[in-house]
Amino acid sequence: MTEMVDQVRVSATAEKVNARLQRRYAVEKRFRFYGIASIVVALSFLAILLFSIISQGHTAFMQAEMRLSVTFDPSVIDPDGGRQKAVLSSADYTALVRNALLARFPEAEDRLARREMIALISQGADLELRKMVMGDPSLIGTTRDVWLPAAASVDQLRKGHMSRDADKGGQFTQRQLGWIDALESSGNLSSRFNKWLFTSGDSRQPELAGLWGAVVGSFYSLLVTVTLSFPLGVATAIYLEEFSTRNRWTDLIEVNINNLAAVPSIVFGLLGLEIFLNVFNLPRSAPLVGGLALTLVSLPTIIIASRVALKAVPPWIREAALGLGASRLQMVMHHVLPLAMPGILTGTIIGMARAVGESAPLLMIGMVAFIVDVPASPLDPSTALPVQIYLWAASPERAFVERTSAAIIVLLCFLAVMNATAIFLRKKFERRW
Amino acid sequence: MQFSILLVVLLLLSAVGFRMGRGRALQVGGPKARALHSLPSYYGYYVALWCGIPAVFLIAIWLSCEPFILQGIVVGALPADAKSLPSAQLSLLMNEVRQLGSSGDYQHASGAIASTAAEQYRNLRNMSFGAMAVISLAMAILGCVLGVRYIRPDLRARNKVEGVVKIFLIASSTVAIFTTIGIVLSLLFESLRFFRMISPVDFLFGLDWSPQMAMRSDQVGSSGAFGAVPLFAGTLLISLIAMVVAVPIGLLSAIYMAEYAHPNFRSVAKPLLEVLAGIPTVVYGFFAVLTVAPFLRDAGAAVGFSIASESALATGIVMGIMIIPFISSLSDDVITAVPDSLRQGAYGLGATRSETIKQVVIPAALPGIIGGVLLAVSRAIGETMIVVMAAGLSAHLTANPFEAVTTVTVQIVTLLVGDQEFDSPKTLSAFALGLVLFLVTLVLNVVALNVVRKYREKYD
Repeated sequence: MTEMVDQVRVSATAEKVNARLQRRYAVEKRFRFYGIASIVVALSFLAILLFSIISQGHTAFMQAEMRLSVTFDPSVIDPDGGRQKAVLSSADYTALVRNALLARFPEAEDRLARREMIALISQGADLELRKMVMGDPSLIGTTRDVWLPAAASVDQLRKGHMSRDADKGGQFTQRQLGWIDALESSGNLSSRFNKWLFTSGDSRQPELAGLWGAVVGSFYSLLVTVTLSFPLGVATAIYLEEFSTRNRWTDLIEVNINNLAAVPSIVFGLLGLEIFLNVFNLPRSAPLVGGLALTLVSLPTIIIASRVALKAVPPWIREAALGLGASRLQMVMHHVLPLAMPGILTGTIIGMARAVGESAPLLMIGMVAFIVDVPASPLDPSTALPVQIYLWAASPERAFVERTSAAIIVLLCFLAVMNATAIFLRKKFERRW
Repeated sequence: MQFSILLVVLLLLSAVGFRMGRGRALQVGGPKARALHSLPSYYGYYVALWCGIPAVFLIAIWLSCEPFILQGIVVGALPADAKSLPSAQLSLLMNEVRQLGSSGDYQHASGAIASTAAEQYRNLRNMSFGAMAVISLAMAILGCVLGVRYIRPDLRARNKVEGVVKIFLIASSTVAIFTTIGIVLSLLFESLRFFRMISPVDFLFGLDWSPQMAMRSDQVGSSGAFGAVPLFAGTLLISLIAMVVAVPIGLLSAIYMAEYAHPNFRSVAKPLLEVLAGIPTVVYGFFAVLTVAPFLRDAGAAVGFSIASESALATGIVMGIMIIPFISSLSDDVITAVPDSLRQGAYGLGATRSETIKQVVIPAALPGIIGGVLLAVSRAIGETMIVVMAAGLSAHLTANPFEAVTTVTVQIVTLLVGDQEFDSPKTLSAFALGLVLFLVTLVLNVVALNVVRKYREKYD
């Protein structure tokens, strides 16, 4: 009797436990699912981001150009035939463009038609002609087929970003559309590689705007940053890891480094504005000052990475060196530092990659301006790659949207190369003791 | 350009000094340099340091004093009526003089006074550079010669060279301290000037922010109100949204990576997640403007809901995406640092994995996770580019995430990009905002780092 009761009791408990177990396993499954789902969500954010940038930006690498047969008329370029540089550079090349267009479309006779016609070609087309003539004055007097950049609106129309219909925001008249189609069907209007994007500075005309000025500005800033932050960072790390004993002073330094690593970068910009510009009177907008501010931004990263790399070198290396009679400094310089170098370089490259993408401090010190010229030295006014992205993103023209995305693609490529180098260094030279 | 040539020449001289020092040491060191105290190359370094360091010091001191001395001379030579100008106008004039002088192009000078002063400035500067170059090179050569003459076999060259290197190491490590001091001083100095014009109470507790100062006294609406509460509220709102996005996603992915994921999956997914951390913030800003904000606006319109195109929601979501890898990698670290014995104990008592995680691992890792979240909050508060591009400019005091709000960093950027007048509260208020930002993030960081460190000590 009692046995049966016990059995019933046991089976009731087992049932309860089993039922509970089912629930607990269900909870377990759900929890796992949440984990996977959040990783998927995070990665899909990354995918959406990259997709939206690339789908917007890849078209900017090609751009519409127009083939015109341009007559380099001596009476326009160089009436006295002296071939002097000053005369050649100040000649009216717009007239050459206009004449070439008129020769192509003789039906445009009245003022309005001519204005519509000239609107099809980039306002910088004359600069292209000038560059050609300055490079090779023997062109004068000849007639050549020249590819010239079309206006940005023509480019946008061909890429389907602008409607042909004037009611839907199209900017072209029927007459202009006819000309565009005529050029298109005769093969005189086609997409060619957008060399301006990679060779020229900023411009108000989207079709002529380029990244080269910003790339050079970024390069100069980075040069300043790396020449300052690498030695300073490594020296600090060596001092803290190899020479100092733990005391109040080193604690203070450590607390400072950890805090600087987390200070918002814009604060470094305020420091740069106040100290470098207002106190030391360094030039505004110069990559030199930008590089100084970025040094402060990247220094903590480099110090922390170098310390980790130095710590990873096993103590018996040091003991062996000291045992053979090396001084402490010889021990560090001849043995520990070379062994830690791959790790230090990896950290430095990662710090530099952070500095390349950093823009907030640069806004503070005035590296955010419309600058056409490519800087020739770290003291010339300039922008930097991320700042150029910021500037273009603020431009209202539709054509700048795709150029902004293209600039982002270029920036991301730079970062990918830098990080890949860092990973390669780590994989290749990493040693486990 | 000239300056870099000077530096290169100095470097070459030091190299020559090195060769001379080493040669001399070998000469005096007897057979096989046995009599020398140190290795021969240390004598070379010794001479090179004698050659380079005094000259470099001279150049540094010269360059830091030069502007003030030149300014003094040029101002002293100005005509009497220019000298008696109010100090603001005088400094404006001097700025112009400096600029003209550096460019060497006097055509755009505002007047005869400026152009003569600029010419004088330019001449003085050229003279000063010439003098500096001559004196520093002379010092380098002198140092070289003296150093070589000083070499004797019993000269403890290694100890001296190592002493200099050690001083360099210590000096480098103080850069971090000087940076912090520089930040505090520069923010404090300008903020104090600001608080002399606007009371700190009005600034910290005022509800109205419109920093445009009236050009004329009868102008409407540009009273110059500096109540920063709407900015603080906007910053907190956007940071809160970012945390709501980032904390669950980041924490759950960290748990999955640390506790469940196969090593192969982990080795792919973890670097991919960290790509999110490597993307520059300006790219996130563009992403918010180009994709997220229009998407939310259209989605809102589809359900009959008006969402501003600069809404706090869009900005916060994108900022949250940026912070996900930050939270996930910090949490991953603390979760894997929880000792395995705790897990084994829980399994032994019959807990499932998720129960172990929820009831044992997470409570044990909680201080570290909280520290990580605090660090992430400080990052969200100080984030600049995303909000500058995607958040609003005008200050509204609202808790509605569908409206546009502005943040502290946005205001700093808008106040300081473009013309700056360091005597108007409009420009100075940016430094006061920067000071608040610095202090808040500093407190968050210190607290977070302490929490994390305490936790580490517990299990190490």
